[in-house]
Amino acid sequence: MNLLDIPPAAIVGQLLVGLINGSFYALLSLGLAIIFGLLHIVNFAHGAQYMLGAFIAWAMLEYLGLGYWWALLIVPLVTAAVGMLIERSMLRRLHGLDPVYALLLTFGLALLLEGAFRLKFGATGQPYASPLSGGIKLPFAYLPAYRLWVIAASLVVCLATWWFVERTRFGATLRAAHENPQLVRSFGIRVPLLLTLTYGLGVGLAGLGGVMAAPIYQVNPLMGSNLIVVVFAVVVIGGMGSIIGAIVAGFGLGVVEGMTRLLAPDYAGIVVFIVMLAVLAFKPAGLFGRGDV
Amino acid sequence: MAAALLKVEGLAAWYGETQALTRIDLEVRTGEVVCLLGRNGAGKTTTLRAVMGLMTGLHGRCRGRITLNGRDALGLAPEDVARLGVAYCPEERGIFASLSVEENLLLPPVLAPGGLSVDEIYALFPNLLSRRRSGGSKLSGGEQQMLAIARILRTGAKLLLLDEPTEGLAPVIVHAIGQTIGQLRERGFTILMVEQNFRFASRLADRFYVIDEGTVVEQVDRATLAHDTARIEALLGV
Repeated sequence: MNLLDIPPAAIVGQLLVGLINGSFYALLSLGLAIIFGLLHIVNFAHGAQYMLGAFIAWAMLEYLGLGYWWALLIVPLVTAAVGMLIERSMLRRLHGLDPVYALLLTFGLALLLEGAFRLKFGATGQPYASPLSGGIKLPFAYLPAYRLWVIAASLVVCLATWWFVERTRFGATLRAAHENPQLVRSFGIRVPLLLTLTYGLGVGLAGLGGVMAAPIYQVNPLMGSNLIVVVFAVVVIGGMGSIIGAIVAGFGLGVVEGMTRLLAPDYAGIVVFIVMLAVLAFKPAGLFGRGDV
Repeated sequence: MAAALLKVEGLAAWYGETQALTRIDLEVRTGEVVCLLGRNGAGKTTTLRAVMGLMTGLHGRCRGRITLNGRDALGLAPEDVARLGVAYCPEERGIFASLSVEENLLLPPVLAPGGLSVDEIYALFPNLLSRRRSGGSKLSGGEQQMLAIARILRTGAKLLLLDEPTEGLAPVIVHAIGQTIGQLRERGFTILMVEQNFRFASRLADRFYVIDEGTVVEQVDRATLAHDTARIEALLGV
Protein backbone atom coordinates (compact mmCIF):
# COMPACT_ATOMS: atom_id res chain seq x y z
CA MET A 1 0.00 0.00 0.00
CA ASN A 2 1.25 3.47 -0.80
CA LEU A 3 1.29 5.98 2.05
CA LEU A 4 -0.25 8.56 -0.32
CA ASP A 5 -3.34 6.39 -0.79
CA ILE A 6 -4.13 6.42 2.91
CA PRO A 7 -6.60 9.06 4.08
CA PRO A 8 -5.01 11.66 6.42
CA ALA A 9 -7.58 10.83 9.10
CA ALA A 10 -6.27 7.25 9.26
CA ILE A 11 -2.68 8.42 9.45
CA VAL A 12 -3.42 10.90 12.24
CA GLY A 13 -5.56 8.30 13.99
CA GLN A 14 -2.80 5.68 13.97
CA LEU A 15 -0.19 8.28 14.86
CA LEU A 16 -2.29 9.16 17.90
CA VAL A 17 -2.74 5.50 18.85
CA GLY A 18 1.00 4.99 18.34
CA LEU A 19 1.85 7.94 20.56
CA ILE A 20 -0.61 6.74 23.22
CA ASN A 21 0.92 3.26 23.26
CA GLY A 22 4.35 4.87 23.06
CA SER A 23 3.52 6.95 26.15
CA PHE A 24 2.97 3.79 28.16
CA TYR A 25 5.97 2.03 26.61
CA ALA A 26 8.13 5.02 27.54
CA LEU A 27 6.78 5.38 31.09
CA LEU A 28 7.18 1.69 31.84
CA SER A 29 10.52 1.20 30.13
CA LEU A 30 11.80 4.32 31.90
CA GLY A 31 10.99 2.74 35.27
CA LEU A 32 12.60 -0.53 34.19
CA ALA A 33 15.69 1.31 32.93
CA ILE A 34 16.11 3.18 36.21
CA ILE A 35 15.73 0.00 38.25
CA PHE A 36 18.06 -1.98 36.00
CA GLY A 37 20.56 0.86 35.84
CA LEU A 38 21.14 1.06 39.57
CA LEU A 39 19.97 -2.23 41.05
CA HIS A 40 20.87 -4.49 38.10
CA ILE A 41 17.47 -6.11 38.57
CA VAL A 42 15.33 -7.11 35.61
CA ASN A 43 12.05 -6.20 37.28
CA PHE A 44 9.58 -8.70 35.92
CA ALA A 45 6.97 -7.44 38.39
CA HIS A 46 6.80 -4.13 36.51
CA GLY A 47 3.70 -5.04 34.52
CA ALA A 48 1.94 -6.24 37.65
CA GLN A 49 2.91 -3.02 39.44
CA TYR A 50 1.42 -1.04 36.55
CA MET A 51 -1.75 -3.12 36.87
CA LEU A 52 -1.70 -2.48 40.64
CA GLY A 53 -1.62 1.26 39.95
CA ALA A 54 -4.66 1.01 37.70
CA PHE A 55 -6.54 -1.10 40.26
CA ILE A 56 -5.74 1.25 43.14
CA ALA A 57 -7.07 4.15 41.03
CA TRP A 58 -10.21 2.13 40.27
CA ALA A 59 -10.65 1.15 43.95
CA MET A 60 -10.18 4.75 45.10
CA LEU A 61 -13.02 5.77 42.82
CA GLU A 62 -15.20 2.76 43.57
CA TYR A 63 -14.84 2.63 47.35
CA LEU A 64 -13.70 6.11 48.40
CA GLY A 65 -15.19 8.28 45.69
CA LEU A 66 -11.77 9.77 44.93
CA GLY A 67 -11.49 10.50 41.25
CA TYR A 68 -8.76 10.45 38.63
CA TRP A 69 -6.85 13.57 39.68
CA TRP A 70 -6.57 12.36 43.27
CA ALA A 71 -5.46 8.99 41.97
CA LEU A 72 -2.82 10.63 39.79
CA LEU A 73 -1.34 12.14 42.95
CA ILE A 74 -1.80 9.31 45.44
CA VAL A 75 -1.33 6.12 43.42
CA PRO A 76 2.32 6.71 42.41
CA LEU A 77 3.13 7.31 46.09
CA VAL A 78 1.30 4.18 47.21
CA THR A 79 2.83 1.97 44.53
CA ALA A 80 6.27 3.46 45.27
CA ALA A 81 5.75 2.59 48.94
CA VAL A 82 4.77 -0.97 47.97
CA GLY A 83 7.89 -1.14 45.79
CA MET A 84 10.13 0.07 48.62
CA LEU A 85 8.61 -2.54 50.92
CA ILE A 86 9.35 -5.25 48.33
CA GLU A 87 12.94 -4.01 47.98
CA ARG A 88 13.56 -3.86 51.72
CA SER A 89 11.89 -7.13 52.60
CA MET A 90 12.82 -9.35 49.63
CA LEU A 91 15.06 -7.98 46.89
CA ARG A 92 17.70 -6.76 49.35
CA ARG A 93 18.31 -10.33 50.47
CA LEU A 94 19.30 -11.23 46.91
CA HIS A 95 21.80 -8.39 46.57
CA GLY A 96 25.15 -9.70 45.40
CA LEU A 97 23.74 -12.98 44.11
CA ASP A 98 23.34 -13.86 40.44
CA PRO A 99 20.76 -11.40 38.95
CA VAL A 100 18.67 -14.36 37.84
CA TYR A 101 17.46 -14.78 41.45
CA ALA A 102 15.95 -11.28 41.49
CA LEU A 103 14.48 -11.91 38.04
CA LEU A 104 12.81 -15.08 39.30
CA LEU A 105 11.60 -13.39 42.47
CA THR A 106 10.00 -10.50 40.58
CA PHE A 107 8.53 -12.92 38.05
CA GLY A 108 7.00 -14.89 40.92
CA LEU A 109 5.68 -11.69 42.47
CA ALA A 110 4.05 -10.75 39.16
CA LEU A 111 2.34 -14.13 38.94
CA LEU A 112 1.17 -13.87 42.56
CA LEU A 113 -0.19 -10.35 42.16
CA GLU A 114 -1.95 -11.12 38.91
CA GLY A 115 -3.32 -14.38 40.29
CA ALA A 116 -4.66 -12.66 43.40
CA PHE A 117 -6.38 -9.95 41.37
CA ARG A 118 -7.84 -12.51 38.97
CA LEU A 119 -9.20 -14.45 41.90
CA LYS A 120 -10.82 -11.38 43.38
CA PHE A 121 -11.95 -9.51 40.26
CA GLY A 122 -12.01 -12.10 37.48
CA ALA A 123 -10.37 -11.68 34.10
CA THR A 124 -12.88 -9.23 32.71
CA GLY A 125 -12.02 -5.57 33.00
CA GLN A 126 -13.43 -2.91 35.27
CA PRO A 127 -14.45 0.26 33.43
CA TYR A 128 -12.94 3.59 34.49
CA ALA A 129 -14.54 6.76 33.17
CA SER A 130 -12.38 9.26 31.32
CA PRO A 131 -11.81 12.38 33.42
CA LEU A 132 -11.63 14.61 30.36
CA SER A 133 -14.42 14.76 27.83
CA GLY A 134 -14.36 16.51 24.49
CA GLY A 135 -11.41 16.99 22.22
CA ILE A 136 -9.96 18.92 19.36
CA LYS A 137 -11.65 18.69 16.00
CA LEU A 138 -9.26 18.97 13.09
CA PRO A 139 -10.49 19.10 9.48
CA PHE A 140 -9.52 15.46 8.95
CA ALA A 141 -9.46 13.95 12.45
CA TYR A 142 -10.80 14.17 15.98
CA LEU A 143 -8.28 14.20 18.83
CA PRO A 144 -9.82 13.18 22.18
CA ALA A 145 -8.69 15.49 24.99
CA TYR A 146 -7.80 12.70 27.41
CA ARG A 147 -5.50 11.02 24.91
CA LEU A 148 -3.72 14.27 24.21
CA TRP A 149 -3.36 14.77 27.96
CA VAL A 150 -1.80 11.30 28.37
CA ILE A 151 0.75 11.97 25.63
CA ALA A 152 1.67 15.38 27.04
CA ALA A 153 1.77 14.22 30.68
CA SER A 154 3.84 11.17 29.82
CA LEU A 155 6.30 13.27 27.84
CA VAL A 156 6.63 15.75 30.72
CA VAL A 157 7.13 12.97 33.29
CA CYS A 158 9.71 11.24 31.08
CA LEU A 159 11.68 14.44 30.47
CA ALA A 160 11.47 15.44 34.14
CA THR A 161 12.80 12.01 35.14
CA TRP A 162 15.59 12.29 32.58
CA TRP A 163 16.48 15.73 33.93
CA PHE A 164 16.38 14.44 37.50
CA VAL A 165 18.75 11.55 36.77
CA GLU A 166 21.08 13.31 34.33
CA ARG A 167 21.20 16.89 35.55
CA THR A 168 20.82 16.99 39.33
CA ARG A 169 23.22 16.27 42.19
CA PHE A 170 20.97 13.44 43.34
CA GLY A 171 21.01 11.98 39.83
CA ALA A 172 24.80 12.22 39.74
CA THR A 173 24.88 10.23 42.98
CA LEU A 174 22.61 7.61 41.40
CA ARG A 175 24.90 7.31 38.37
CA ALA A 176 27.98 7.09 40.56
CA ALA A 177 26.36 4.43 42.74
CA HIS A 178 25.67 2.47 39.55
CA GLU A 179 29.37 2.61 38.60
CA ASN A 180 30.96 1.89 41.97
CA PRO A 181 28.57 1.47 44.90
CA GLN A 182 31.25 0.58 47.45
CA LEU A 183 33.24 3.73 46.77
CA VAL A 184 30.10 5.86 46.95
CA ARG A 185 29.34 4.29 50.33
CA SER A 186 32.84 5.24 51.50
CA PHE A 187 31.88 8.88 50.84
CA GLY A 188 29.23 8.55 53.54
CA ILE A 189 26.31 8.12 51.13
CA ARG A 190 23.75 5.54 52.21
CA VAL A 191 23.64 3.51 49.00
CA PRO A 192 21.26 0.84 50.39
CA LEU A 193 18.71 3.61 51.05
CA LEU A 194 19.38 4.93 47.56
CA LEU A 195 18.57 1.49 46.13
CA THR A 196 15.28 1.40 48.04
CA LEU A 197 14.31 4.88 46.83
CA THR A 198 15.28 4.05 43.25
CA TYR A 199 13.20 0.89 43.20
CA GLY A 200 10.36 2.96 44.68
CA LEU A 201 10.78 5.57 41.94
CA GLY A 202 10.67 2.92 39.20
CA VAL A 203 7.59 1.25 40.67
CA GLY A 204 5.96 4.65 41.25
CA LEU A 205 6.35 5.37 37.52
CA ALA A 206 4.69 2.04 36.75
CA GLY A 207 1.85 2.98 39.13
CA LEU A 208 1.50 6.36 37.42
CA GLY A 209 1.32 4.58 34.06
CA GLY A 210 -1.43 2.38 35.49
CA VAL A 211 -3.55 5.38 36.55
CA MET A 212 -3.14 7.03 33.16
CA ALA A 213 -4.00 3.78 31.39
CA ALA A 214 -7.15 3.09 33.43
CA PRO A 215 -9.51 5.33 31.39
CA ILE A 216 -8.09 4.12 28.05
CA TYR A 217 -7.76 0.37 28.54
CA GLN A 218 -10.02 -1.51 30.89
CA VAL A 219 -8.64 -2.11 34.36
CA ASN A 220 -7.98 -5.82 34.40
CA PRO A 221 -5.50 -8.17 36.10
CA LEU A 222 -3.68 -9.05 32.90
CA MET A 223 -3.26 -5.54 31.53
CA GLY A 224 0.36 -5.49 32.70
CA SER A 225 1.43 -8.87 31.41
CA ASN A 226 0.01 -8.00 27.98
CA LEU A 227 2.21 -4.92 27.88
CA ILE A 228 5.36 -5.98 29.66
CA VAL A 229 6.77 -8.21 26.91
CA VAL A 230 6.71 -5.31 24.45
CA VAL A 231 8.15 -3.00 27.12
CA PHE A 232 11.09 -5.34 27.66
CA ALA A 233 11.74 -5.27 23.93
CA VAL A 234 11.62 -1.45 24.08
CA VAL A 235 14.19 -1.44 26.90
CA VAL A 236 16.50 -3.72 24.93
CA ILE A 237 16.14 -1.53 21.83
CA GLY A 238 16.79 1.69 23.78
CA GLY A 239 19.74 0.16 25.62
CA MET A 240 19.49 -1.58 28.99
CA GLY A 241 19.64 1.03 31.74
CA SER A 242 19.60 4.03 29.37
CA ILE A 243 17.05 6.66 30.41
CA ILE A 244 17.03 8.59 27.17
CA GLY A 245 17.02 5.29 25.24
CA ALA A 246 13.88 4.17 27.08
CA ILE A 247 12.09 7.44 26.28
CA VAL A 248 13.07 7.67 22.61
CA ALA A 249 12.52 3.95 21.96
CA GLY A 250 9.21 4.01 23.85
CA PHE A 251 7.62 6.81 21.85
CA GLY A 252 9.40 5.83 18.63
CA LEU A 253 8.27 2.22 18.69
CA GLY A 254 4.73 3.23 19.57
CA VAL A 255 4.65 5.29 16.38
CA VAL A 256 6.37 2.55 14.33
CA GLU A 257 3.78 0.07 15.58
CA GLY A 258 0.93 2.46 14.72
CA MET A 259 2.24 3.12 11.22
CA THR A 260 2.79 -0.61 10.63
CA ARG A 261 -0.84 -1.22 11.58
CA LEU A 262 -1.71 1.09 8.72
CA LEU A 263 0.74 -0.17 6.10
CA ALA A 264 1.10 -3.85 6.97
CA PRO A 265 -1.49 -4.72 9.62
CA ASP A 266 -0.38 -8.36 9.83
CA TYR A 267 3.02 -7.29 11.12
CA ALA A 268 1.83 -4.71 13.67
CA GLY A 269 1.96 -7.20 16.53
CA ILE A 270 5.53 -8.26 15.81
CA VAL A 271 7.19 -5.17 14.38
CA VAL A 272 8.69 -4.23 17.76
CA PHE A 273 10.35 -7.63 17.99
CA ILE A 274 11.64 -7.39 14.43
CA VAL A 275 13.22 -4.04 15.33
CA MET A 276 14.64 -5.65 18.48
CA LEU A 277 16.25 -8.44 16.47
CA ALA A 278 17.76 -5.93 14.06
CA VAL A 279 19.10 -3.77 16.90
CA LEU A 280 20.54 -6.79 18.70
CA ALA A 281 22.23 -7.91 15.49
CA PHE A 282 23.83 -4.56 14.65
CA LYS A 283 24.06 -2.73 17.98
CA PRO A 284 23.80 -5.31 20.76
CA ALA A 285 24.03 -2.72 23.56
CA GLY A 286 20.90 -0.99 22.20
CA LEU A 287 20.51 2.34 20.44
CA PHE A 288 21.63 4.39 23.44
CA GLY A 289 23.37 1.70 25.50
CA ARG A 290 26.95 2.14 26.61
CA GLY A 291 27.64 -1.56 26.42
CA ASP A 292 28.90 -1.74 30.00
CA VAL A 293 25.74 -3.06 31.60
CA MET B 1 52.32 13.29 72.11
CA ALA B 2 49.04 13.69 70.20
CA ALA B 3 46.23 11.22 70.87
CA ALA B 4 45.73 8.26 68.55
CA LEU B 5 43.12 9.14 65.95
CA LEU B 6 43.20 5.61 64.58
CA LYS B 7 44.21 2.50 66.46
CA VAL B 8 44.27 -0.95 64.88
CA GLU B 9 44.88 -3.95 67.14
CA GLY B 10 45.23 -7.58 66.16
CA LEU B 11 43.43 -7.03 62.86
CA ALA B 12 42.91 -10.14 60.71
CA ALA B 13 40.95 -10.14 57.45
CA TRP B 14 39.68 -12.61 54.88
CA TYR B 15 38.41 -12.48 51.30
CA GLY B 16 36.15 -15.50 51.30
CA GLU B 17 38.34 -18.32 52.62
CA THR B 18 41.60 -16.56 51.77
CA GLN B 19 43.27 -14.85 54.69
CA ALA B 20 44.75 -11.50 53.63
CA LEU B 21 45.72 -10.09 57.03
CA THR B 22 47.08 -12.11 59.93
CA ARG B 23 47.89 -9.52 62.55
CA ILE B 24 48.00 -5.79 61.98
CA ASP B 25 48.75 -3.48 64.91
CA LEU B 26 49.25 0.20 64.22
CA GLU B 27 48.24 3.63 65.31
CA VAL B 28 48.00 7.01 63.65
CA ARG B 29 48.09 10.14 65.81
CA THR B 30 46.35 13.39 64.98
CA GLY B 31 48.35 15.43 62.48
CA GLU B 32 50.69 12.61 61.48
CA VAL B 33 51.49 11.23 58.06
CA VAL B 34 51.95 7.49 58.41
CA CYS B 35 52.93 5.20 55.58
CA LEU B 36 52.39 1.49 55.10
CA LEU B 37 55.23 -0.13 53.18
CA GLY B 38 55.42 -3.65 51.87
CA ARG B 39 55.71 -5.84 48.83
CA ASN B 40 52.81 -6.45 46.45
CA GLY B 41 50.14 -8.54 48.13
CA ALA B 42 51.51 -7.93 51.63
CA GLY B 43 48.13 -6.61 52.87
CA LYS B 44 48.58 -2.82 52.72
CA THR B 45 45.47 -2.09 50.65
CA THR B 46 43.43 -4.59 52.66
CA THR B 47 44.43 -2.74 55.83
CA LEU B 48 43.10 0.54 54.41
CA ARG B 49 39.96 -1.18 53.15
CA ALA B 50 39.36 -2.74 56.57
CA VAL B 51 39.71 0.65 58.29
CA MET B 52 37.23 2.15 55.79
CA GLY B 53 34.67 -0.59 56.46
CA LEU B 54 35.03 -2.02 52.96
CA MET B 55 35.83 -5.52 54.25
CA THR B 56 32.25 -6.13 55.33
CA GLY B 57 29.29 -8.04 53.94
CA LEU B 58 29.99 -9.75 50.65
CA HIS B 59 33.35 -8.01 50.29
CA GLY B 60 35.25 -9.73 53.07
CA ARG B 61 35.35 -10.03 56.85
CA CYS B 62 37.60 -8.87 59.65
CA ARG B 63 38.45 -9.71 63.24
CA GLY B 64 40.33 -7.67 65.79
CA ARG B 65 39.83 -4.09 66.88
CA ILE B 66 39.73 -0.78 65.04
CA THR B 67 39.10 2.40 66.99
CA LEU B 68 38.60 5.84 65.50
CA ASN B 69 38.79 8.69 67.99
CA GLY B 70 38.20 6.12 70.71
CA ARG B 71 35.07 4.72 69.04
CA ASP B 72 34.85 1.11 67.98
CA ALA B 73 34.74 1.02 64.18
CA LEU B 74 35.24 -2.64 63.28
CA GLY B 75 32.24 -4.01 61.40
CA LEU B 76 30.77 -0.58 60.64
CA ALA B 77 29.46 0.00 57.13
CA PRO B 78 31.65 2.34 55.01
CA GLU B 79 29.07 5.14 55.17
CA ASP B 80 29.23 5.02 58.97
CA VAL B 81 33.04 5.00 59.00
CA ALA B 82 32.93 8.08 56.74
CA ARG B 83 30.74 9.77 59.35
CA LEU B 84 33.49 9.22 61.92
CA GLY B 85 35.70 11.56 59.88
CA VAL B 86 37.53 9.17 57.54
CA ALA B 87 37.86 9.52 53.77
CA TYR B 88 39.35 7.03 51.34
CA CYS B 89 41.14 7.51 48.03
CA PRO B 90 41.44 4.09 46.35
CA GLU B 91 44.39 2.81 44.39
CA GLU B 92 42.33 2.66 41.18
CA ARG B 93 41.25 6.28 41.89
CA GLY B 94 37.59 5.55 41.26
CA ILE B 95 36.84 8.53 39.04
CA PHE B 96 33.29 8.18 37.76
CA ALA B 97 33.32 8.14 33.98
CA SER B 98 29.66 9.16 33.65
CA LEU B 99 30.21 12.29 35.79
CA SER B 100 32.01 15.51 34.92
CA VAL B 101 35.05 16.64 36.92
CA GLU B 102 32.90 19.02 38.93
CA GLU B 103 30.22 16.38 39.53
CA ASN B 104 32.96 14.03 40.76
CA LEU B 105 34.25 16.78 43.01
CA LEU B 106 30.83 17.59 44.46
CA LEU B 107 29.72 13.96 44.82
CA PRO B 108 30.90 13.26 48.38
CA PRO B 109 28.60 15.11 50.76
CA VAL B 110 29.94 17.44 53.45
CA LEU B 111 29.63 15.38 56.63
CA ALA B 112 31.38 17.63 59.11
CA PRO B 113 32.66 21.20 59.28
CA GLY B 114 36.30 21.95 58.55
CA GLY B 115 36.52 20.66 54.98
CA LEU B 116 37.99 22.69 52.13
CA SER B 117 35.68 24.88 50.05
CA VAL B 118 35.44 24.29 46.30
CA ASP B 119 37.44 27.49 45.72
CA GLU B 120 40.18 26.31 48.07
CA ILE B 121 40.28 22.98 46.27
CA TYR B 122 40.59 24.65 42.87
CA ALA B 123 43.36 26.87 44.29
CA LEU B 124 45.17 23.70 45.40
CA PHE B 125 44.54 21.92 42.07
CA PRO B 126 44.35 24.62 39.35
CA ASN B 127 44.31 21.98 36.59
CA LEU B 128 40.94 20.75 37.78
CA LEU B 129 39.41 24.21 37.49
CA SER B 130 40.19 24.44 33.78
CA ARG B 131 38.86 20.92 33.22
CA ARG B 132 35.83 21.08 35.45
CA ARG B 133 33.34 20.50 32.63
CA SER B 134 35.29 17.55 31.16
CA GLY B 135 34.10 13.99 31.60
CA GLY B 136 35.82 12.08 34.38
CA SER B 137 37.27 9.56 31.95
CA LYS B 138 38.86 12.29 29.79
CA LEU B 139 41.47 13.18 32.42
CA SER B 140 45.10 12.09 32.38
CA GLY B 141 46.33 9.72 35.09
CA GLY B 142 47.81 12.60 37.08
CA GLU B 143 44.64 14.68 36.83
CA GLN B 144 42.55 11.68 37.89
CA GLN B 145 44.75 11.24 40.94
CA MET B 146 44.46 14.94 41.78
CA LEU B 147 40.67 14.72 41.46
CA ALA B 148 40.52 11.56 43.56
CA ILE B 149 42.38 13.33 46.38
CA ALA B 150 40.59 16.65 45.84
CA ARG B 151 37.08 15.29 46.17
CA ILE B 152 37.64 13.83 49.65
CA LEU B 153 38.86 17.16 51.00
CA ARG B 154 35.41 18.80 51.02
CA THR B 155 33.76 16.31 53.32
CA GLY B 156 35.23 17.50 56.60
CA ALA B 157 37.10 14.22 57.08
CA LYS B 158 40.13 14.53 59.35
CA LEU B 159 41.81 11.22 58.49
CA LEU B 160 42.64 10.59 54.83
CA LEU B 161 43.42 7.08 53.64
CA LEU B 162 45.46 7.35 50.43
CA ASP B 163 46.20 4.14 48.56
CA GLU B 164 49.27 4.39 46.30
CA PRO B 165 48.76 8.02 45.26
CA THR B 166 51.78 8.00 42.94
CA GLU B 167 51.26 4.69 41.19
CA GLY B 168 51.90 4.84 37.46
CA LEU B 169 52.51 8.59 37.39
CA ALA B 170 55.32 10.60 35.78
CA PRO B 171 58.04 11.99 38.12
CA VAL B 172 56.83 15.56 37.73
CA ILE B 173 53.31 14.55 38.82
CA VAL B 174 54.70 12.48 41.68
CA HIS B 175 56.53 15.59 42.85
CA ALA B 176 53.32 17.65 42.65
CA ILE B 177 51.41 15.05 44.65
CA GLY B 178 54.17 15.06 47.26
CA GLN B 179 53.79 18.83 47.58
CA THR B 180 50.02 18.49 47.87
CA ILE B 181 50.31 15.91 50.65
CA GLY B 182 52.69 18.26 52.44
CA GLN B 183 50.17 21.10 52.13
CA LEU B 184 47.39 18.87 53.44
CA ARG B 185 49.48 18.01 56.47
CA GLU B 186 50.05 21.74 57.09
CA ARG B 187 46.29 22.25 56.97
CA GLY B 188 45.89 19.75 59.80
CA PHE B 189 44.85 16.60 57.94
CA THR B 190 46.01 13.27 59.32
CA ILE B 191 47.11 10.88 56.60
CA LEU B 192 47.55 7.12 56.45
CA MET B 193 48.93 6.16 53.08
CA VAL B 194 50.09 3.09 51.25
CA GLU B 195 53.07 3.61 48.99
CA GLN B 196 55.29 1.41 46.88
CA ASN B 197 57.53 4.33 46.00
CA PHE B 198 59.85 4.08 49.00
CA ARG B 199 61.93 7.17 48.18
CA PHE B 200 58.78 9.30 47.74
CA ALA B 201 57.35 8.06 51.03
CA SER B 202 60.60 8.44 52.97
CA ARG B 203 60.51 12.21 52.45
CA LEU B 204 56.84 12.63 53.37
CA ALA B 205 55.85 10.37 56.24
CA ASP B 206 56.60 10.75 59.93
CA ARG B 207 56.40 7.04 60.64
CA PHE B 208 56.36 3.82 58.67
CA TYR B 209 54.94 0.37 59.19
CA VAL B 210 56.36 -2.44 57.13
CA ILE B 211 53.81 -5.15 56.38
CA ASP B 212 54.72 -8.60 55.21
CA GLU B 213 52.32 -11.49 54.65
CA GLY B 214 49.49 -9.71 56.45
CA THR B 215 51.52 -8.86 59.55
CA VAL B 216 53.24 -5.68 60.73
CA VAL B 217 56.90 -6.72 60.92
CA GLU B 218 58.59 -3.39 61.55
CA GLN B 219 57.81 0.10 62.73
CA VAL B 220 60.24 2.94 62.12
CA ASP B 221 60.18 6.70 62.24
CA ARG B 222 61.69 8.95 59.62
CA ALA B 223 64.91 9.63 61.56
CA THR B 224 65.57 5.93 62.08
CA LEU B 225 64.74 5.21 58.49
CA ALA B 226 67.55 7.47 57.28
CA HIS B 227 70.10 5.30 59.14
CA ASP B 228 68.47 2.01 58.37
CA THR B 229 67.55 2.36 54.71
CA ALA B 230 69.43 -0.71 53.56
CA ARG B 231 67.69 -3.01 56.04
CA ILE B 232 64.22 -1.61 55.21
CA GLU B 233 64.94 -1.92 51.50
CA ALA B 234 65.91 -5.52 52.05
CA LEU B 235 62.62 -6.11 53.88
CA LEU B 236 60.73 -4.58 50.97
CA GLY B 237 62.71 -6.55 48.41
CA VAL B 238 63.78 -3.30 46.70
